[in-house]
Amino acid sequence: MSHTARHAAPPAAPAAISATGLHVALGRTKVLHGLDFTVEPGRIAGLLGPSGSGKTTLMRAVVGVQRITQGSVTVLGLPAGSAPLRRDVGYVTQGASVYGDLSVEANVRYFGAMHHATAADVAEAIAAVGLQGFARQKAADLSGGQFSRVSLACALVAHPKLLVLDEPTVGLDPVLRAELWERFAAMAAAGTTLLVSSHVMEEASHCSSLLLLREGLLLAQLTPAELAERGGSEDLERAFLTIIKAAERGQQESQVASS
Amino acid sequence: MNLRMTLATTTRVLDQLRHDHRSVALILVVPALLLTAVYFLYENESLPPGATRTFDRVGLMMLAIFPFVVMFLVTSITMLRERTSGTLERLLTTPIHKADLLFGYALAFSIMAALQSLVATAVAYWIFNLDIKGSPALVVLIAVINAVLGVALGLLCSAFARTEFQAVQFMPVVVVPQILLCGLFVAREHMNQALDNISGVLPLTFSVDALKEIAGNSEATATMWQDALVMGLIVVGVLVLASLTLRRQTR
Repeated sequence: MSHTARHAAPPAAPAAISATGLHVALGRTKVLHGLDFTVEPGRIAGLLGPSGSGKTTLMRAVVGVQRITQGSVTVLGLPAGSAPLRRDVGYVTQGASVYGDLSVEANVRYFGAMHHATAADVAEAIAAVGLQGFARQKAADLSGGQFSRVSLACALVAHPKLLVLDEPTVGLDPVLRAELWERFAAMAAAGTTLLVSSHVMEEASHCSSLLLLREGLLLAQLTPAELAERGGSEDLERAFLTIIKAAERGQQESQVASS
Repeated sequence: MNLRMTLATTTRVLDQLRHDHRSVALILVVPALLLTAVYFLYENESLPPGATRTFDRVGLMMLAIFPFVVMFLVTSITMLRERTSGTLERLLTTPIHKADLLFGYALAFSIMAALQSLVATAVAYWIFNLDIKGSPALVVLIAVINAVLGVALGLLCSAFARTEFQAVQFMPVVVVPQILLCGLFVAREHMNQALDNISGVLPLTFSVDALKEIAGNSEATATMWQDALVMGLIVVGVLVLASLTLRRQTR
């Protein structure tokens, strides 16, 4: 299926995301130490790594809200954060960035207004996250999982070409999580690129490409099948742990060798 | 600038306020109540024949000061919430222009300020027979310009506050000096040179001056329009400064 998608795309289509030598420092703390990777359009790229590994900082650099110290990030053929990209890139932060004192519908309508969304677009985005029964409720009165879905709806309403999602499934029950991943797959099939961070390894299997991040370094970019093979386990969590531990051992050995 | 995005922002801010009945009630009713208190404070003053009542002087100035103070507070807290909740950062990843956001805010709170000063001016005029020569419509106009000034300063100050507690602390810094020096307590000609000079560059002074012009003349005077223009320019200047505090990128 992925092959037909690749052939259908125009031959000169730029990579959805392409990073070269990406360094980011927050104040004096160096968070990302030179990342190189590309994400092809129409794919779901999973960004995996322990907490504190730089996932959010990387996503912020891709969206263009984080200044990069060195290297470059190109999104849809343009430097990350350039003005025309604001129409095409959607960003859902880890904590839901919506107005708690507005109704679900008012939230989605407001963010939709920045993208000339119609009333039908608003209704569609709300239905897409399964909140059609709550459209007129105040966002703050919803449960935690529902609240974070309002945030997702506010991004979907813009029909972005690249959707960056920071831990979108945290606090969701298994049924909803499965529904959301189906939704993401459908979006990818329609040509949207998704960059999704997660620390739930079972979700990695939904992605077509995985970026394994650890302490600001890219350990590997591989497919779920390759992760299972390299980690020596069908259980992706165990496979990931094996790779992380191998990297840690390698680092300790090099420290021992250098001291 | 994009009118659609500006108006969407105005609608959104008013919608947020609409859900907060208590704040709306406080905005609309408190100035009228305080004005009532001022009226009864001076109720028994003995006046030489022909002298203006203190209420006509102080009450009139308060009509312009209330919207300034209230809108400064409301705006700085609202904008701070926007910054800390992540909605501001999210908005700045969309095609919205900073000016759309700021003018959207300014418009929403100006509408509230206009309603507020209509209530307060009506109470002063019809219940307490506020005695001025000029039109009360001009009083409302100056009050609204003052409110927009409060909005602009609130938007700017919210950038320098990390918490709502800090935001409130900006009131004694930004608002109180202007009230002390605007000519409400001591007329500018009785101030020492240093204070008079400071007073001369504070925006609220221009609105007090404009109100005196309205009180003393049945038609709008050139001085009044000049004061209003200066206020308008200050508002635009502060809004531009505020827009510089909205960053699309963090370092």
